[in-house]
Amino acid sequence: MADFNIDETVDITDVVCPVTFVKAKVALEELEVGQILAIRLNDGEPVQNVPRSIKEEGHQVLKLTDNQDGTYNLLVRKTEE
Amino acid sequence: MGFTNEQLERYSRHIILKEVGVKGQKRLLEGKVLIVGAGGLGAPAALYLAAAGVGTIGIADADTVDLSNLQRQVIHTTPDIGKTKVQSAKETMLAINPEITVNTYYKFVTSENIMELVSEYDFIIDGTDNFPAKFLINDACVLAKKPFSHAGIIRFQGQLLTYVPGESPCYRCVFREPPPPEAVPTCRQAGVIGAMGGVIGSLQAMEAVKYLIGKGDLLTGHLLTYDALSMSFRKIKLPRRDDCAVCGTHPTITKPFDYEQAGCDLKL
Repeated sequence: MADFNIDETVDITDVVCPVTFVKAKVALEELEVGQILAIRLNDGEPVQNVPRSIKEEGHQVLKLTDNQDGTYNLLVRKTEE
Repeated sequence: MGFTNEQLERYSRHIILKEVGVKGQKRLLEGKVLIVGAGGLGAPAALYLAAAGVGTIGIADADTVDLSNLQRQVIHTTPDIGKTKVQSAKETMLAINPEITVNTYYKFVTSENIMELVSEYDFIIDGTDNFPAKFLINDACVLAKKPFSHAGIIRFQGQLLTYVPGESPCYRCVFREPPPPEAVPTCRQAGVIGAMGGVIGSLQAMEAVKYLIGKGDLLTGHLLTYDALSMSFRKIKLPRRDDCAVCGTHPTITKPFDYEQAGCDLKL
């Protein structure tokens, strides 16, 4: 899979639902359309729900990587203002 | 400006909404709303605006908390009896949300002080209980080009309308002049069901929030009436009047003035 240029990163492993999605959404709002956000999130509920919520907002989920430590890395391209 | 995790959590149900988001919540935090009257309407409005994180809320009232207020003025509690309503309201608002600023005005709002008062706010909520005050707030907001929410409640009925400068008819377009003193009972003589303040005051808070975030349609050009006994809402379309004495083409009212209060309304 192609590598992406990451413009910003946010760690949402320090919060729980629904602040996980809120924190990711806030980080996305700070970006320009087309920029890429890397989100570090926990296994379980966050990895099940956050990518789905981000898609529902109209953004593009590029890649989800298992960090093998109970966390994941999610790459998202901002596509909506 | 970044939100702290605590702010993200406090306002998460707002920020999740597409219509609010970060931008809308920032607008609320930067927003300034004046509530005239800390009574049946002002109490729920103040509670919701404080909870929403409206950054600066002014509250004006010249009264103290009385036992007979507590049936509907839910911002005040039994231990608050005897305190000024503005102080009691401020304490409750800050207990809900210590992040906001609450400015208290322990005085009657009159033609002498209203222009200065409204000039510092983005949106005004009329939570008063008498016609002279309602016309005064209308005239001052029209003259100062400030949007406001009018409301009135009595018995099982309530009504409200929103005024936005240059866009919509004002309260005086609709009602022209106060009724003669004593022609209409105040809620002290007529009674009012407690939850009516909650319904209508909450709608006023909703209008203020929508105005601040700039989303949706405001209740401009319409009067919304609510009859609790028949459980009916009516939205009545209102025309703007060219010959309105304050917002018409040739206004005769060019500065605010005070109508005489009905004797029973005087709270000295």
